[in-house]
Amino acid sequence: MNALVHVAAALPAREGDIKAPSIEYSSLSPFLIIFGVALAGVLVEAFVPRRVRRGVQIGLAAAGLIAALVAVIVLHNHREIVAVGAVAVDGPALFLEGSILLLALGAVLLLAERSGDATGGALVAEPAALPGTPQAGELLLSRETVTAVYPLLVFAVGGMMLFAASNTLLVMFVALEILSLPLYLMAGMARRKRLLSQEAAMKYFLLGAFASAFFIYGVAMIYGYAGSVDLGKIHDAVGSSTHNDTYLYLGMAMLAIGLLFKVGAVPFHSWQPDVYEGAPTPVTAFMMTCTKVASFGALLRVLYVAFGDTRWDWRPFMWAIAILTMVVGGVLAITQSDVKRMLAYSTIAHAGFILVGVTASNRDGLAGAMFYVLTYGFATIGAFAIVGLVRSGGSEATHLSQWAGLGKRAPFLAGCFAFFLLAFTGIPLTSGFIAKFAVFSAAISGHAVGLVVIGVIVSAVTGFFYARVVVLMFFTEPAPDGPTVALPSFFAAAALGLGIAVTLVLGVIPSSVLDLAHDAAQFVR
Amino acid sequence: MLGGIPLLGAVVVALAPPARDLLVKRVALLFSLATLVVAIAMSANYDTDKAGYQFVQDYSWIKQFGAHWAVGVDGIALVLIDLVAILVPVVILASWHDATPTDDGDGPTRHGGLRLGPRSVRGFFALMLAMETLLIGVFGATDVLLFYVFFEAMLVPMFFLIGSYGGPGRSYASIKFLLYSLFGGLAMLASVIGLYVESVQQFGHGTFQLQALQQLELSHTLQNWLFLGFFLAFAIKAPMWPFHTWLPDAGAEGPIGGSVMLVGVLDKVGTFGFIRYCIPLFPDASKTFAPYIIAFAIVGILYGGLVAIVQKDLKRLVSYTSIAHFGFIVMGVFAFTSQGGSGAVLYMVNHGLSTGALFLVVGFLIARRGSRNIPDYGGMAKPAPLLAGVFLFAGLSSLALPGMSTFVSEFLVLVGTFTRYPAAAVVAVTGIVLAALYILVMFQRTMHGPVSAGLEAVKDLSVREVFVIAPLMALILFLGFYPKPVTDVITPSVQATYDHAGRHDPPPVVHTAGNRDGAAAQTDAGASSSGDAK
Repeated sequence: MNALVHVAAALPAREGDIKAPSIEYSSLSPFLIIFGVALAGVLVEAFVPRRVRRGVQIGLAAAGLIAALVAVIVLHNHREIVAVGAVAVDGPALFLEGSILLLALGAVLLLAERSGDATGGALVAEPAALPGTPQAGELLLSRETVTAVYPLLVFAVGGMMLFAASNTLLVMFVALEILSLPLYLMAGMARRKRLLSQEAAMKYFLLGAFASAFFIYGVAMIYGYAGSVDLGKIHDAVGSSTHNDTYLYLGMAMLAIGLLFKVGAVPFHSWQPDVYEGAPTPVTAFMMTCTKVASFGALLRVLYVAFGDTRWDWRPFMWAIAILTMVVGGVLAITQSDVKRMLAYSTIAHAGFILVGVTASNRDGLAGAMFYVLTYGFATIGAFAIVGLVRSGGSEATHLSQWAGLGKRAPFLAGCFAFFLLAFTGIPLTSGFIAKFAVFSAAISGHAVGLVVIGVIVSAVTGFFYARVVVLMFFTEPAPDGPTVALPSFFAAAALGLGIAVTLVLGVIPSSVLDLAHDAAQFVR
Repeated sequence: MLGGIPLLGAVVVALAPPARDLLVKRVALLFSLATLVVAIAMSANYDTDKAGYQFVQDYSWIKQFGAHWAVGVDGIALVLIDLVAILVPVVILASWHDATPTDDGDGPTRHGGLRLGPRSVRGFFALMLAMETLLIGVFGATDVLLFYVFFEAMLVPMFFLIGSYGGPGRSYASIKFLLYSLFGGLAMLASVIGLYVESVQQFGHGTFQLQALQQLELSHTLQNWLFLGFFLAFAIKAPMWPFHTWLPDAGAEGPIGGSVMLVGVLDKVGTFGFIRYCIPLFPDASKTFAPYIIAFAIVGILYGGLVAIVQKDLKRLVSYTSIAHFGFIVMGVFAFTSQGGSGAVLYMVNHGLSTGALFLVVGFLIARRGSRNIPDYGGMAKPAPLLAGVFLFAGLSSLALPGMSTFVSEFLVLVGTFTRYPAAAVVAVTGIVLAALYILVMFQRTMHGPVSAGLEAVKDLSVREVFVIAPLMALILFLGFYPKPVTDVITPSVQATYDHAGRHDPPPVVHTAGNRDGAAAQTDAGASSSGDAK
């Protein structure tokens, strides 16, 4: 009886009193465009004839990404929290959304490239066909290629943007799922080495689901602690300190596991080499760049906005994670004999370098980390454009020994690849150096000298395996039955040119983008 | 400014059509000569009465970091830039046939007896010119970050020069070179960032300007650590014992032109860094570590000499002699006397000329025999007397015979060291004996004795080769008799560096016999050091 009274009191007296939540449509325009384009892509998949479908999908995806990018640029001065506290439109969010859109555009270019494979590009014709059956064999030789990948990619991009911009943990979780589900599918769409690709998709799905479970459990804990999933309210609860800290720490740990899984930090890294090796090369590039940008965005937002005041509690752990990530990634990369696996381990080491910036927990660290993910993303897109072009007997020649003497066979492409490797090493006059400098100097001013010393040593270690590839390409005689190098068509050439141009320009005159990152490096709460 | 010419040259050469090899060579030579002309003009306009930086340019480059495109030269930088400008055309002329796919006359296509596949000619010359650009930049930079950028970027063309155009062990040598240098460079990067953060805390805004950073007040511990970061980078680059092991490999496996640039100029960046960055930025730490560094330098002098004696490989031998010579340079720098310092800088120039000449002559030998092994030679003086004469000249200049420019600098270094660390100078003198031994033994084994099989019909020097070697010989002789133009430029800058660091020459002491000898000998060298006997 009593309870009923309570419920009655809690209910609004009259129907007219319910206020519709006010939605700031213009501030949300990038999301609306992206999700709209994704839905349109699904309709295209259903209604447009197969003959022209691929072209329409590519055009639609590219146009949608560009339109959303324009919307982000228009919004660049906005600093607010919109959609009833669900989404933040602030500097880091806009900067990272822009980065994701640009990098996704590069990924679309790579997906559209089909000169590498004589038949139909990097993607399977019919993902559901059983490998080894006659049907699959026929499909392999057909010009057909799956076109659903483009709407999937756009959905994932929407999820990534929301992931980096969400202001409540629940929206963040939803965004995590929106970005993950398409990626699980896309990982299984490789045209060649189908079983490897499907294994990658399965592995990614199982481990990803596991990480999501951790994340949502962490959200529950934090809700129990703070009584809200809003990042700003959590921050207030942390500040008032009348709550039970056990829930806070448990929740923080579980959230961190979910986020660090996506970032690919050690010890939550083990999925990366297998998934990146098995997934189609353009999808690998997409995951390595855009997912990384988004998940670092989310990690930074959670750590800085919600838990900024407990940084003395989480910094030691993040230091340990950063050190582990750099060292394990750098050392294991040495032993790799496959280009994609080597790049997968090297991306783990780079996640460690970015974490060095994250743990600085100051504005420079935030700006440095954002600059780093952007520059690393462009170099990676360019590098994968080349990986997709080196072919042997139809499939990609990813074994390192097949790359011997590539500098003689295709001097220009090998030179470009060497340039990207120099950028990964952090040699000056490439963007990699500026990025490394930005995160390391932020870390030193955040009193993390030890971290920087380890980072410097690991940089030298990474220099070894990158240089080894250069030696293989340029200083080794080509094998007689070496791989063929496909001539890139417009798409791959554009992605490659974009990668080279950004890497070089941000290495020589990085001022304006550093400025942009620094201006943007301020969360709203 | 100056660096723009070779940069433009590198781009032009790299973009040249592949088939026009001769044109490419001529264009490369032209650009390097143009650089030389500008360098000479710059030297002529340099005012020796002013100690500070001249030809200064300063533009904001990355304003978030406070990094500037700031360049300018003092006397030390000027002479080294001149050295670069002189050596590059010589090397280009010397490498005329090194990258050519087929043997068309006197050019070598074989290194160490192994035939290499066709090499890109324009690649070689473009890398060489890119190298020149970066070297000029590294000596001219007065902003620490800019210096670092050039310092690290320099690795890339050298890495490709060794790896693409070197001998049979080139992969190993190139990667060893890259890793050693990269590691040293990254240690320096940590120190550079440390300096930057310290400048943010003390000035309120970050800066990399050398002159501003000198005003920083650093605690003793911090200074020591930052010093060690820089020191490690330069000690590896120089290379000092015990960080030297990459040099014999890189020097031996690199193409002759690459080796000349590597040992002649690139390694000078290390010793230049000591005097330009380590001492002015960290004067107290330099003082603290100087005795240890000098001890290492002496070990290097003796070790380099001893190991050189037993080398069977001509290029390795010359590389080891350089390790000994670098010991002398480092000793002179860290003796903190104006003679020692000026001598060390003069030594850098002379070593570039003499070792450059020696490497080039060794290159002529290898071009004729196709082997780096000393036992493969013998009695070459008979069929090729001119070659033998040039070889002897280069060798004598390397062992610092009086009359050669190297003598002046070696002497100054020893005198300068003696006034502060007499024992060190005495031990280092034995290095001279070792030098006589390794040079003369090498000369005897290759040039004298019975003519070994296959060498009877060896051609003497060609006109091109004479043109390559003659300018270096002339300079060595000229500076041997009249080093004043160079010392006049160097001494005020060295003096200013040490004054800033608060190290002055020790007061003259007359009661030891050794010092009296030193003083008497110094008047012999008189003309050379008139300005620095304060």
